[in-house]
Amino acid sequence: MMDCNIVIAGAAGEGVQTVGEVLADTLSSLGYAVFAWQEYESRVRGGQNSVAIRVSEAPVNAPVLEADVLLPLNSGAYQKYVSRLNPGGVLLAAEGYRDPTLVVPFREIATEEVGLAIAANTVAIGALAGVLGIDPEALERVLDRHFQNKGPELIEANRRAARLGHERAASACRLADACPWSFPARDQRYYLTAGTEAIPIGAVRAGCRFIAAYPMSPATGVIKYLAKHGEQLGIFVDQAEDEIAACNMAIGASFAGSRAMTCTSGGGFALMVEAISLAGMTETPLVVLLAQRPGPATGLPTRTAQGDLLFAVHAGHGEFPKAVLAPSDPKEALHAMVRAFNLADRFQVPVIVLSDQFLSDARFSVADFELDRTVPESFPADPAAVSRYQRYALTPDGISPRLYPGQSEHLVAADSDEHDPDGHITEDLAVMVPAMVAKRRRKGEALQRAMRAPEAYRSEDADELFLSWGSTRGAVREAVDGLRAEGRRLGMIHFSELWPLPEFDWPTGKRLWNVENNAGGQLSSLLARRYRLSVHGSILAGDGLPLTARTIRRIYNEQN
Amino acid sequence: MSRTDRFHSDAEVQWCPGCPNFGILTALKKALSELNQSPRDLCLVSGIGQAAKLPHYLACNFFNGLHGRAIPTALGIQAANPQLTTIVTTGEGDCYGEGGNHLLHALRRNPDLTVLVHNNEIYALTKGQASPTTPVGEVRGLHPQGLDLTPLNFPAIAVLHDAALVARGFAADPEQLKTLLVEAITTPGLALVEVIQPCISWNPHPIAWYRERIRPVPADHDPADKVAALRLLDSPEGRYTVGLLYRGRPRPTYGDRFRSAHGRHPLAELAPPPTAVVDQLLDAFKRS
Repeated sequence: MMDCNIVIAGAAGEGVQTVGEVLADTLSSLGYAVFAWQEYESRVRGGQNSVAIRVSEAPVNAPVLEADVLLPLNSGAYQKYVSRLNPGGVLLAAEGYRDPTLVVPFREIATEEVGLAIAANTVAIGALAGVLGIDPEALERVLDRHFQNKGPELIEANRRAARLGHERAASACRLADACPWSFPARDQRYYLTAGTEAIPIGAVRAGCRFIAAYPMSPATGVIKYLAKHGEQLGIFVDQAEDEIAACNMAIGASFAGSRAMTCTSGGGFALMVEAISLAGMTETPLVVLLAQRPGPATGLPTRTAQGDLLFAVHAGHGEFPKAVLAPSDPKEALHAMVRAFNLADRFQVPVIVLSDQFLSDARFSVADFELDRTVPESFPADPAAVSRYQRYALTPDGISPRLYPGQSEHLVAADSDEHDPDGHITEDLAVMVPAMVAKRRRKGEALQRAMRAPEAYRSEDADELFLSWGSTRGAVREAVDGLRAEGRRLGMIHFSELWPLPEFDWPTGKRLWNVENNAGGQLSSLLARRYRLSVHGSILAGDGLPLTARTIRRIYNEQN
Repeated sequence: MSRTDRFHSDAEVQWCPGCPNFGILTALKKALSELNQSPRDLCLVSGIGQAAKLPHYLACNFFNGLHGRAIPTALGIQAANPQLTTIVTTGEGDCYGEGGNHLLHALRRNPDLTVLVHNNEIYALTKGQASPTTPVGEVRGLHPQGLDLTPLNFPAIAVLHDAALVARGFAADPEQLKTLLVEAITTPGLALVEVIQPCISWNPHPIAWYRERIRPVPADHDPADKVAALRLLDSPEGRYTVGLLYRGRPRPTYGDRFRSAHGRHPLAELAPPPTAVVDQLLDAFKRS
């Protein structure tokens, strides 16, 4: 199967993202499955960043660091990224940084032959298309759309720049006999989308009507998407003064009957924790999207990690039920958002959806979102069926009928103090307090029964299992396949629903490895607690980069 | 049933006997009766402290949440259901201290809320520590050498930022407070009503000491005059001036633009969008 990874590197502000976006869109428009992953420094100008575009016929949706084609836009980018170029890979650059280099002088061509210096990046995009054997007309269609608001002159200049880059690179390739690739149009169209888009669309799908949030990378994209599209769709959007306000606002909106959410990263989530406990105590449905980045404290704002699993599971003082979900890709993320709102509504609990910078920012190819696999479900009580309403009525499963204020003549009360069924403060330690503690525990048990078992992949005949969760799924599957090809009998058990952990029949007699994008092995400690499992070894990386199949295989092989 | 009885609650009141908070509760019930409100139209929102217990003591919908966080919770409720009369009942520790940031930013948003601040110049529930309005020099639990922090003047801040209404009442004068609350509740936008509420357990001065110092807003004061309101609040006697201090120019309230497009229905009444709408959003990510 064809599998090609193109890496474009340069300083922030130099156009790396635009070059990557146009190339990814062009390949996607030709019917290929594109996986586009970027890593960048926390600054608006300077530094050295990269975009990696992995192309295949069917979706792979897992990152590789190593490049088949490397396009550095400056010499610093060349220095930083050349070690990632595969042996036999093509280095495309404006200067001959080494021999061999496919040299296409982007800036000179733009200035002298197009008469437009800022078209240098378009020359570079054209040159990349030339190296890859992409039909220049397919590239022009994407470029035309990209520049559609800039007027006919600029559109024409960019077309010309792309064509010149394409010609120059294609003839250099022929001379060097160095470029084996071609991408004829295919009869397939994938969605090319990032978590930061699929997550808010999932919220729309779920019937979310309110979001308040404070900007924090890598979660900002979620509220940004809803700020742009939400109001038209009837979603009330507010930028809060801080994360404490954001979370309490969402709880207020939810108490008043609206599906409501907030989004943040670890530091902001820390500020929300008291309110998570409030949602637990007041039994107010709440969805919190926690997009992880490496900590502690400010950590690495633009990098990725799976460092907040235990934090999410344990978030909130006191004892109360909550759910934690961790989708692996945009399709799962869309469904996880609908699922999160459904669970929050049904069990009247806070639900935390864990994503991370990698899932937020990387663009995945999806053939079909299969929207009808998860439909919005709400669980309202009927005011007419209630004679004397009690917000915290004691019931067998602990779930009380939920009405909202103003809906009917029934008054609705919520209290963060320990309360009686009417919602009034109580310190009746003999009867009422234990009854409310038990009610919340029963609710937690009902929630646990609703949680989904992990996904098993090639596990039946496996001697060893990789245990994983969240956004590493693509890389872990790829590592399993790769190690199988080396003769190892490996499989995967992957968790997308992490708390409360469901009943699960663990296969016996297998060697277990936890594979996580963190340094401490957080999943393994949860599994040890819940299932009394102990792992044989850990494959961990908490370096701010996403886990790749090659890293997983390397660490596995080092321990065997 | 008298009109104030409509708001009767069976919950046991936990305030000290004789607490001026009872006067505030009476004034609020009277104001709501005068406005012909019914409990189902009403949502009280509070945080933590003695003032924050008030919603338990009258029949209404209520959310008694976290310390300092009544305003953001009330904003969410307002956004989700603008048909409710939403009132924040809070103390100065809750609202000017723990949650001061939220009040500042609520002034930017101008939500249609009444914020009723019981100001007793003390942390009463935690037994007498200094609050954000305790005068300089008072000996307090955590300031045995005397308080060396200056008090905050939030009514002045609210005037500066064009609150829709700023008023101050006296808990021992429920009749005047009722009048101010009627004004506040009927004014669109953020109305801040501070109430001088002497603490009978922890305050160094008896109620009579306050009564001697209370003075009404001068008869010639024009509430539309921002500079006059600020001058009044910044004067030495400003601290005990009661009445309608300021009325801001009408300006858009929180959520106006959203409501001009979607109406004033509770958001709960909107069904999730049809699948076709979601498909359309996703189609933007297919390249041709």
